[in-house]
Amino acid sequence: MKNTISERVADFLKNYPPFNALDSKQLEQLSLQVTIIHKESNSVVFTEKEEPHAYFYVVNKGAIALTKKDSSQILDICDEGDVFGLRPLLAQESYKLEAKAYEETILYAVPIKDFKPLALENKRVGNFLIESFASNTRNPYSIKHRGKLYGVTANTNDNNPSTKILDLQPVRYSTDLVTCTAGTKIKTVATTMAKHNVSSILVMNGDLPLGIITDKDLRQKVATGLFPITGSAKSIMSSPVITYPKELTVAQAQMAMMKSNISHLVLTEDGTTDAKAVGILSKHDVMLALGNNPAVLLRAIKRATDSKRLRSIRHGIMTLLQGYLEQNIPIGLVSKIISELNDASTKRIIEITLDSMEKKPPVDFTWLTMGSQGRGEQLLNTDQDNAILFEDVPEENLEETRAYFLQLGSQISKELNTVGFEYCPAEMMASNPSWCHSLSEWKHVTSHWINNPGPEEILLSSIFFDYNVTYGSKALADELSHSIFDHANHYPQFLTHLASGAMQNPSPSGFFRDFLVEQDGEHKDFFDLKLRALMPIIDAARVLILSHSIKSINNTAERYEKLAELEPNNRELFLACSYASKALLKFRTRQGLLHNDSGRFIALDQLNKEEKIKLKRTFKTIKEIQSLIEVRFQVKNLLR
Amino acid sequence: MWFFSKKKQLEFPDFWWAYEEHFKHPLPELIKDNTFIVLDTETTGFNLTKDRMLCIGALKLKDNNIVVKDSFEVYIEQEHYDVGSAEIHGILKKSKRNRTSELEALKQFLVYIENHVLVGHHVMFDVNMINAALKRNGLPKLKNENLDTESLYKRTLLISTVVQKKDRYTLDDLAKKFSISRKDRHTALGDAFITAIAFLRTIEKLKSKKLKDLIRKQGPLRFGL
Repeated sequence: MKNTISERVADFLKNYPPFNALDSKQLEQLSLQVTIIHKESNSVVFTEKEEPHAYFYVVNKGAIALTKKDSSQILDICDEGDVFGLRPLLAQESYKLEAKAYEETILYAVPIKDFKPLALENKRVGNFLIESFASNTRNPYSIKHRGKLYGVTANTNDNNPSTKILDLQPVRYSTDLVTCTAGTKIKTVATTMAKHNVSSILVMNGDLPLGIITDKDLRQKVATGLFPITGSAKSIMSSPVITYPKELTVAQAQMAMMKSNISHLVLTEDGTTDAKAVGILSKHDVMLALGNNPAVLLRAIKRATDSKRLRSIRHGIMTLLQGYLEQNIPIGLVSKIISELNDASTKRIIEITLDSMEKKPPVDFTWLTMGSQGRGEQLLNTDQDNAILFEDVPEENLEETRAYFLQLGSQISKELNTVGFEYCPAEMMASNPSWCHSLSEWKHVTSHWINNPGPEEILLSSIFFDYNVTYGSKALADELSHSIFDHANHYPQFLTHLASGAMQNPSPSGFFRDFLVEQDGEHKDFFDLKLRALMPIIDAARVLILSHSIKSINNTAERYEKLAELEPNNRELFLACSYASKALLKFRTRQGLLHNDSGRFIALDQLNKEEKIKLKRTFKTIKEIQSLIEVRFQVKNLLR
Repeated sequence: MWFFSKKKQLEFPDFWWAYEEHFKHPLPELIKDNTFIVLDTETTGFNLTKDRMLCIGALKLKDNNIVVKDSFEVYIEQEHYDVGSAEIHGILKKSKRNRTSELEALKQFLVYIENHVLVGHHVMFDVNMINAALKRNGLPKLKNENLDTESLYKRTLLISTVVQKKDRYTLDDLAKKFSISRKDRHTALGDAFITAIAFLRTIEKLKSKKLKDLIRKQGPLRFGL
């Protein structure tokens, strides 16, 4: 009775526990009973205290956030292959957590009545269930414990259960052991460590851990000349190694490291040195488990080897962002850190993709990010806007070179999408032939925009001219910037057009200082924060800073600060704008985190009085900066 | 199932009348109350008169759910007979075995789809192919509403005269965009599944609530004030 879809379901499930323990016949039967469910982001799968469904769920694509109702704190994120909502079914109790789609998600709903007999019959499945309920293996990036298989947290009466329980969670350690033998040459040891990008290597005797060599040993014993580089691993290793059983909690690991003043623990099957080594745990792993800290995340990004890993790191970045906003850390600083992390992720993706390409790039190229990411204002996951700029090549090689970069661009853009950057709906991405050009082509395109500033060209310029180099040759981008300023200076009309573009955005408030909300469409009665408040202030900053021929500053708040310096007579207004742009960005980020979307549209009835006043205060600044632009660039003449 | 309609007209079989009977009920107004039949056919080629369907795959989509068990997959036996002559006469009398298999497939298909909206990638091709088969078997055309995922997908893209869009988006393009595994590409039900996921993701982007709006959105964009 199997059909193509049930085969597809089985093919997916067989990779994940507990389904990997089923034989193919059982899995085939079970797959046939599955219902495939598509969940829009933020839609609820089940909520707290709800009666158990007839199904439990496996995430096929996307992610599900488990939360306590009415709390924005995410207790756990279930990713591809994770099972959730099973424990309440087996325990026959109602759900203790709310499960919500964190992004667009496809779930497989497995009926409990078909699964239960298999679980009872098959010992491996049963054991897996018992183990996972007992240990609650957790995700090191979520603030609390993870329940691969459970839908319940062990809820104590503690006000802050997450921090306490955290320490008692098992640590996640690396199971990919990098090893050598006692006779390995020190030089080979160092090369191996460098290749795997690790700070320690295990010296093995068969399966048994004999000793360990860390960066510190190389530094103190080899680099100082105490031991020759031609020596063997044995001469510099620390031995015996300090071993622990693999069921170690975070707290235990920390204490063990402090006690022996070491930075690496070796985990063995039974905790003695006479058992098989199963993993190694570094201080870094403990730090990761303990939570989010930009330096740790940055390192994790640099070490990531695929986009899936980067995706889970991004969840950590979001948690970090939320924490920052709760602690009221200045948004200028926050956006610096977050965009640094976003940039690092993008860069890492590019490196990974370049490695996977069959050929090396034929010439130098630059990966430009535009729009909000280019301005360093992309706090939430928004669209990817990017472009490729490559060195000029002889005419006859041009198409071949472009084909290479287009392929690279599509691959990178696909990986970025996996990480969580949505595709740009207008296809302003390096995978689009119109956004993948050689230097002279880009010069030509931009000069065309400048010389023929129609509404489309102005729109494109305003997106493109905020470009920032994320990867590759900076010299190429600088040369393009020079060319742009050259043209802009020869054609001052362009700035007037750009300024008029900045005036096009609808006004944020009406005659009686009410908010103007959207009149129709899917966002009827919502306030469009991006279009009515953020865009005018961003556009104004761009035209003003370009009129001063400054390309190096992209961030809107920083642009206003620079302007305040350049034009002391308008200092106050510019500083107000800088403040307003930060306030609006913070506003948008808060709203976005609250609703897990881009934060663009705001339901006014959900704002409190104070928030409304704050928002309105920025409108006054927006009106002032708009009138300054109108006068300075004589936009009236253009508008007639 | 099909014996409650007794007004025998013409030479149509009972299952056809049962199928028509479903159209007495209007479709639900909201998308979430509708069942969509996502389908794909595998054919010997693209010619409506010469080529034949080899397989029909379809699944039901209701309120974002696909019940795996409740999918439709039928392989049709086709003999390579002389199409020209079969079309003009004889098909109703000759090669009885061959007719039954195609007819049986159509019968099962009609029972399966009822009056639900048909969804497909370039859906008109599949519908025309099925209509051609119906005609060969002396039956009228399908009466269902159709939705084309390519047209709907295009509506999710921004309109700009400067950034050129492609004219055509293949099912592969959509699968790539929505990162859907293309594992069972070119089996009818596998393609129907990919189409179903692409359809779901597209309607989420379009944010329509009503079926009417969705049907309207397939058409070219109308600029208005």
